[in-house]
Amino acid sequence: MVTLGIIGLGKMGLSHLSILNTHPDVQVVGVCDPTGYVLDVIHKYAGFATFPDHRALIDNAKPDAVVVATPSRTHAEICSYAVERGLHVFVEKPFCLSVEEGRELAELAARRSVVNQVGYHYRFVGAFREVKRLLAAGAIGAVHNFRVEAYGPVVLQPKGGTWRSSKTEGGGCLYDYASHAANLVTNLFGMPAGVGGSVMQSVFSKGVDDEVYATLYHADGVSGQLCVNWSDETHRKMSLRVEIWGRNGKINADRQECQVYLRGGTRPDLKLDAGWTTFYTTELTAPVRYYVRGEEYSAQLDYFIDCIVNARRENESDFASALETDRVLDMIQRDAALGPRVTGSDAEQQPVSAAPGGWRETLIRWLGGKPALQKVS
Amino acid sequence: MDRLLFGDNQFFGVNHMSEEKARAQAVRFRETSAVIDVLDAALDEGIRTFMCTTHDRIAEVCEHMRALPERYRDYVFYPCMPYAHKYNNAVTELGMLGAVKKFLPEGGLVDAALAGGAAFARKDIDRMTRLLIDAEMKMFEGLKTPVIFLQNVVVDFLMGLGFKEAFRIFAVHVKERYNAEPGYITMNMPRLLDVLEEVGVENPIVCANINKIGFRMCGGIDLYEKTLATRKFRPIAMSVLASGAIPAREAIDYVCGLPNVQAIVFGASSRGNIRETKRLVAEKWAA
Repeated sequence: MVTLGIIGLGKMGLSHLSILNTHPDVQVVGVCDPTGYVLDVIHKYAGFATFPDHRALIDNAKPDAVVVATPSRTHAEICSYAVERGLHVFVEKPFCLSVEEGRELAELAARRSVVNQVGYHYRFVGAFREVKRLLAAGAIGAVHNFRVEAYGPVVLQPKGGTWRSSKTEGGGCLYDYASHAANLVTNLFGMPAGVGGSVMQSVFSKGVDDEVYATLYHADGVSGQLCVNWSDETHRKMSLRVEIWGRNGKINADRQECQVYLRGGTRPDLKLDAGWTTFYTTELTAPVRYYVRGEEYSAQLDYFIDCIVNARRENESDFASALETDRVLDMIQRDAALGPRVTGSDAEQQPVSAAPGGWRETLIRWLGGKPALQKVS
Repeated sequence: MDRLLFGDNQFFGVNHMSEEKARAQAVRFRETSAVIDVLDAALDEGIRTFMCTTHDRIAEVCEHMRALPERYRDYVFYPCMPYAHKYNNAVTELGMLGAVKKFLPEGGLVDAALAGGAAFARKDIDRMTRLLIDAEMKMFEGLKTPVIFLQNVVVDFLMGLGFKEAFRIFAVHVKERYNAEPGYITMNMPRLLDVLEEVGVENPIVCANINKIGFRMCGGIDLYEKTLATRKFRPIAMSVLASGAIPAREAIDYVCGLPNVQAIVFGASSRGNIRETKRLVAEKWAA
């Protein structure tokens, strides 16, 4: 039996609690959240032991493992507290807001040899797992370009009152939707050597980005685009997709299906015909023990528990892999802050910095040839 | 209860197999009149129960039907609440409490409940749940809603938490206020039956995936078959085609051959498909 504590009872914390509470090998020994009414309701109606904060939970209930689903800013501190005490940790994405903190935490978890996992649930989506398998088997030959996109309807009007609308708390589209896209990039293609052409801008939000675009440069001439926008209600919910071009074909995949195009020949070993082959979610998705909101949410948590029970220490979506994602997000953020570097009639070889009026104004003034240019230091 | 119920996924860009198809459907049904045309085609084929989410656009369908009482005299709605994405997106944007406030007609209720020192009393939860149900039911005023369903994401989420009381509150309220029977949609049917029994919901109406390949049937197909054969409840089968993974005849033969299944809910966008489904079911179940 694995004794477990849930830290943070927002949307994800409650979702994780619901799934794990039904696990036959798990006993939930405590939950905590700073919000009194949530604790109150969860105690009265579901009977969980409640604690005011993570320290009280960990010190008193002494769980074997914790699930951390608090605002991103607090991940580093809470996870460190747990790992230092030898607890296994599942933490929501994004991992840490500072690459330095993330690195220390990933090293600490490795030293303490605890199971450590970050909630990038798309790693447990059958279609994306199939893509990884096909790439590893060389199905479409050497990859030269990819496009990873995520769209959905989160911020559709100018308001917001939660930590998600605060940049310092890890709000904004970058740490939310774009982190999934970046995680898919590193999972499929490894760590990019660098990024360029990054744009982060608001559509409706005040103070945080609603869309993120970047070009990613990998080794061996592989490049790709990351395109993310969470102010797009033409998608019913978050939709993550990838399109990959290789010398011998192409792959399109989203949560529902994985389509492969082979340029010539067949790959019977991979069940691929010449031309298009489609694999559907019904054949790619393994059944789960308890379903709440998508197989991947249950699968990632059951996998976490399985790693603990079977003393498996090399796991999918571990802290080290999530740190790579944080590093990509950090690169995009730094690149976007530099403002656009464009090639045009008057613009050759002169970088522009983002001025207080926003980069668009800067660019317009600058392309007009009038305003004073600021050099990037 | 009719043996064939018409579902609404196809109208709202829900397709578990393909986002491209989902988008094409969303485009096709952008006008509510296109939805009504399909419902009319189904009605002409004798399918008069519409099992639908409480999506904003269903309100327009209701409006249309209220305006033509003769044409829709026998028409029946089985509302399924809530339309979860509405809440899900609001929770991300506004937080848990903010979302509840947004959808409650009396926003002040939450503030009032919290004023007493951040502690919700049992009666507050009870009252808030009732008000949320009423808010979702408003669009069906004056129409027949003999069964009212709680959506699977809510059922399975609350069941996981162990918040069993909610199922009883729901049952009591839909009976008292709407003279309707409570229905529960789930992906975890055998487990839900245990819980409903525990809170005293007898002979429950439970809608679950029932298909030949075991798609989203938690506990496994064997346990589902055993449950259907041995337990007292009124099962409605959904996702019988497993999103198109099973050919129609094979899928329907399987489900119609199971014991105790009361009804099948299916979605279709064309008269041809509606008629074909009806024919296949009629062959197996002399309806």
